[in-house]
Amino acid sequence: MKRAPSHSYPGINLGENHASADKATEVVTFGFWVFLMSDLVYFGLMFGVYITMIDAQAGGPGPHELFDLKSIFAQTMILLTSSLTVGLAMLALKYNLPRPRIVLWFGVTLVLGISFLVLEIRDFVNMAAQGGIPQRSGFLSAFYGLVPLHGLHVAAGCIWLIVLGIQLRMMGLTDLLMSRMVRLALFWHFLDLIWIGIITIVYFGGLAYG
Amino acid sequence: MTSTDSGFFGRLTWDAFPIAGLIQNPGANEIVANAAAAIVVVGVVAVVGLLSWFRLWGPLWRDWLTSVDHKKIGIMYIVFAIVMLARGVLEGVVMRAQQAAGPGDGFLEAEHFAELFSTHGTIMVFFVAVPFVFGVANYVVPLMIGARDVAFPVMNQIGLGLTVSAGMMLMVSLVVGEFSTGGWTAYPPFTGAAFNPGVGPDYWIWAIVVSGIGTTLTGINFAVTIYKLRAPGMKFTRLPMYCWTIICSSILIIFAMPPLGVAALLLAADRYLDFHFFTNDLGGNMMNYANLFWLFGHPEVYLLVLPAYGIYSEIFATFSAKRLYGYNSLVIATMSIAILSFTVWLHHFFTMGQSALINAVFGIATMLIAIPTGVKVYDWMATLWRGRIRFSVPMLYGLAFLMLFVIGGLSGVILANPTVDYQVHNTLFLVAHFHNVLLPGVLFGLLAAYNYWFPKAFGFRLNESWGRISVALWTVGFMLTFLPLYFVGLMGMPRRSFSWEDPSFHPYMIVAVIGALVILGALLSILVQLWVSIRDRDSTRVPVGDPWDGRTLEWSIPSPPPEYNFAIIPQVTDRDDFAAAKERGQAYPTPDAYEDIEMRRNTGIGFLLCVFSGVWMFALVWWIWWLAALMTLTMLLAVILWSFDTNTEEIIPAEEVRKDHEAWLALVHSAQAVDRDHETAPENQGLARPDMEAVT
Amino acid sequence: MDNSSEMHRRERRRYVIGYGGSLLLTLVVFGIAYLFGIEKRGVYLTIGLLGLAQLVVQLVYFLHIDRRRSSREDLDLILFSTLVLLIIIGGTVWILGNLAVRMHMHVM
Repeated sequence: MKRAPSHSYPGINLGENHASADKATEVVTFGFWVFLMSDLVYFGLMFGVYITMIDAQAGGPGPHELFDLKSIFAQTMILLTSSLTVGLAMLALKYNLPRPRIVLWFGVTLVLGISFLVLEIRDFVNMAAQGGIPQRSGFLSAFYGLVPLHGLHVAAGCIWLIVLGIQLRMMGLTDLLMSRMVRLALFWHFLDLIWIGIITIVYFGGLAYG
Repeated sequence: MTSTDSGFFGRLTWDAFPIAGLIQNPGANEIVANAAAAIVVVGVVAVVGLLSWFRLWGPLWRDWLTSVDHKKIGIMYIVFAIVMLARGVLEGVVMRAQQAAGPGDGFLEAEHFAELFSTHGTIMVFFVAVPFVFGVANYVVPLMIGARDVAFPVMNQIGLGLTVSAGMMLMVSLVVGEFSTGGWTAYPPFTGAAFNPGVGPDYWIWAIVVSGIGTTLTGINFAVTIYKLRAPGMKFTRLPMYCWTIICSSILIIFAMPPLGVAALLLAADRYLDFHFFTNDLGGNMMNYANLFWLFGHPEVYLLVLPAYGIYSEIFATFSAKRLYGYNSLVIATMSIAILSFTVWLHHFFTMGQSALINAVFGIATMLIAIPTGVKVYDWMATLWRGRIRFSVPMLYGLAFLMLFVIGGLSGVILANPTVDYQVHNTLFLVAHFHNVLLPGVLFGLLAAYNYWFPKAFGFRLNESWGRISVALWTVGFMLTFLPLYFVGLMGMPRRSFSWEDPSFHPYMIVAVIGALVILGALLSILVQLWVSIRDRDSTRVPVGDPWDGRTLEWSIPSPPPEYNFAIIPQVTDRDDFAAAKERGQAYPTPDAYEDIEMRRNTGIGFLLCVFSGVWMFALVWWIWWLAALMTLTMLLAVILWSFDTNTEEIIPAEEVRKDHEAWLALVHSAQAVDRDHETAPENQGLARPDMEAVT
Repeated sequence: MDNSSEMHRRERRRYVIGYGGSLLLTLVVFGIAYLFGIEKRGVYLTIGLLGLAQLVVQLVYFLHIDRRRSSREDLDLILFSTLVLLIIIGGTVWILGNLAVRMHMHVM
């Protein structure tokens, strides 16, 4: 396999077609990575809290009554696909494809993100109908402290996408916007990584040990 | 009243103001509370009045509040820290007076005393130590690494804004309502809604959350700045020791602030939304809180003390006119401390009831930290060894630190032994220990930094005599106040007790309150020093910029430095680059050509977020839901709209840079160089004559 | 531009491989849980390991983290963060798990 061309920084980048934006993005991309790692610690601690509270159901409904694996599977598929589409949007940007193509892939990502949120909120509503509200037990508090935190991040990502769409229309494809798109892509992939943790630890872990 | 049926002003009523308490129930306790509120109100009115009288609102807004210059942000951080320090010290004096007024109940009520130790701890850690540390870092780090600003100047401004607005919440709590009585650690279930339904813990929670976000932004900023913005040639092996400690401190922030945010937000979920993370019922577990809090709390003390170690490293080298001894071992020791600090948090709750094995593991990990710290102490002593030592103010702070800090460190090793900790847990022994590391360690370091870099920031030196007086007062005051607490701690006096009965404590309490008054004198001496120095500034100007024969890049530029710091970005060839250039006789080179400099344009976003987040916190504390929702939207909108602003850079033309730089170079060439015996004399204009004897 | 479109194809293939791999791992995880029941011994361990594998797949194929290029600061950052996370999550579970055992908690 041939070596990839050298970049000023590794990972997702804008490549040689946008050399000036690529260089300007280096510092801020690194800064964004550092922010993501700090955010990761937030999630990590919530995972830790959840693990320690898996038994703290206080006689309330537990994972077996509340978790709907079919819906979780659908959410997983949607989020995974959106990770692909945001990647394709970055490639369209990097290789100077026509702008509608970039907009299309970001648009699909946005739709998938919103669908994910709709399904997730439907899950919470169903759980609440069965008495699975955070006020019921320590276990449910820990669940609602963690999973909606991820949902909130996805919602923030959706708002970010909308703002980027407006700015793209107003300003055109400037270096600044390209740099923001790189960070959005990083953010979106990061949220998919967290989601893998959530299905493994919160849902399957809850079912195995709860 | 429950959170849902509160009215337009939430649960805010006239009873929330301390004057209501004075009318209903006059007494010493209420007089102290009202005096504190009055100081805040009079302070605010005085500042507003003075600004209006001297017509300074415009310059304040243009030159300071909207500035993204790291130097100005650093100065604002330090001013804020000193204001908060004054309050923290006053509270300490009142607390020592209360305990000295025993045996018996003293003059304060238990609740009021509890508020005092809660605000004292919260203020000193989050609103004195952190902003002071990052104020100094803001000023110094970009100059030391040869950069024109930090990596993210606007984020830097936002970090300041959030820290200040959170600190203001503590001031507001003096006037409206009351602060938490749960100590700076705010352990539930005591701070939970069932036991403590008032506004106190809510003030604590939101102040901690918002300042935590501000500090995290600052930590990210400095990690990236030092990682990415070093001048060409400045490899990591040439990075000044102080910058090493700041990068380690930033890493600690990035990974250790989230646990604090999680702990505070989960406590908020318990209090506001009836969750059960830390409650006594329905599966809550308060030890989860203790665990989260100390996951933050232990790295926190190292993120404070490491920068102080860096400051001492620079000062010992400069005032010994020697290269820092054992640079590599100091770097390794700093990083070891940073990593080890993540492995010791359990020693704050040895007595929780876990197995002996766990206690032993964390006890040993704690003791291990003494090794890299010991390495540092020896390195500093070796730096002093056969140096050309000047007993200037920063050096005196450093020497006081070396002697006193070792006592504090050793008492830490004693506490690291779980069996000993069982005996002295929650006694004044512990209070003596952490004041013993935080005062001589962190505070003395910051005051040394203030004296050391002040001439760089303002272009004139601080008064030397008053500086010496304040060193003496701080040192004596510290020893009188806190060394007796070791003894009463061992005798069994619990910390945080507003009342005590055992008459054998009395002499120690008397000595401690005398010490507290000496510390108050020390605080005043710093203000007097500043006033005298400003008055006499014409005889202490150092426009050339190098009053102490400094060794690192920040001394190679004018004092005060221009907005863009370096007319030409330096090419670094040595660890003590400026010292090496002076030895070679190549300091102050005349550049061949000048270039346009692009700088970040001023912006008001940090100030706006400061105001909005302040109102947001107040609304949340008082359950004014509509206002909280409005402020959430406003902040979101402000950030989004700000992201539409693309006209963010301004150009400083090369011609202007050339003119200023050449004028300064002319000054350099006309100035009289002074040797080290005369660096505190009026003829020191900031041009150092290298001390050849010490160099060899 | 030829070289560029060749690069484009290769990078796109990379994303598709990552997507396919993640898809497969997800299907296997849900399939195992469905077929064998999550409570069985060993099943959860398998699911955990497959989850870890998917993290690695996405890091490599979506986030382009690998050991090849000269400047590896993001990998260093991730490894250091992982170390800190292991210390604090592992420590938390150890400490509070031990406390739960000794206090006979959650038995009601």
